[in-house]
Amino acid sequence: MNKELSELDRRLLNDFQQDFPLSPTPYADIARDLGVTEAEVLARLAALRNDGTVSRVGAVVRPNTIGVSTLAAMAVPPERLESVAALVSGYTEVNHNYEREHRLNLWFVATAPDAARLQAVLDEIAVRTGHEVLSFPLVEDYHIDLGFDLRI
Amino acid sequence: MSNAAAIRREPADIAPLIDATDRRLIQATQEGLPRVPRPYHAIAEQLGLSAEDVMARLRRMLETGIIRRIGAVPNHYALGYQANGMSVWDVPEERLRELGRKIGELDFVSHCYHRPRHFPDWPYNLFAMVHGRDRAQVEAKVAQIAALLGAADHGHTVLYSTRILKKTGLRIGL
Repeated sequence: MNKELSELDRRLLNDFQQDFPLSPTPYADIARDLGVTEAEVLARLAALRNDGTVSRVGAVVRPNTIGVSTLAAMAVPPERLESVAALVSGYTEVNHNYEREHRLNLWFVATAPDAARLQAVLDEIAVRTGHEVLSFPLVEDYHIDLGFDLRI
Repeated sequence: MSNAAAIRREPADIAPLIDATDRRLIQATQEGLPRVPRPYHAIAEQLGLSAEDVMARLRRMLETGIIRRIGAVPNHYALGYQANGMSVWDVPEERLRELGRKIGELDFVSHCYHRPRHFPDWPYNLFAMVHGRDRAQVEAKVAQIAALLGAADHGHTVLYSTRILKKTGLRIGL
């Protein structure tokens, strides 16, 4: 998984995390900045997406602006983790799901159009798995996301 | 940054600032912008809007902080940042905002949130996500946070992720 990026890939990923051009031809604008062709930029972004280096190139939306979300956690016996994790990931409302080293070993983010639907999803997961679902909704956000510096 | 004040607004204040078309636009871009020479035109066509309207709406949502940024969302794991530690802290409520903002400004913290405690097992009310190339790097960064909190650190732990089981863009079942 640990890969070395070419200089072009590194700049594509590092320099355009927040200022992707809002112009009619953004890829051509980036290409001009980097001294390559538009076709090259499109091909590299496709390759980086296909091999999983970049999750997507798009808009990062402030939490809880469209829909309501929460971070939820469950303590699942190790022998049941696979099946419970698969059940949780099966919900379209769940967009992130991580295994973590802790008694609370399954952590996921669920998002729904409104609070009632969100609670219904958490309740249903608890009933279907037989395990309590703890909810940690965001109270206040202290970080302004400017992207992540890949050089650190 | 100029829109910092807007970003810190509570969700209830932001909701009226976007309309149904903005929501459709956010939905349409969550899996990523189309990799075609004129991506905003492609989205516009899909939604029955003009490309100018699409760009103006995205620009306005950026300015108001509804969209944080438009750009590449790298996969930390694939890039070698394989240690992902969710550090969680028990901090006195009256100092939470002041200290949370300081931690949120650290360049190695990718997310920093006040979230509720769940007594008795979960006394932690501040969550800060720390990425590193290995656990030693994460631990060094967590020690920096502990030093910054000083006596306000009433206890903390780090939950390392061992597997990403699912990671997609935001999808709202409308």
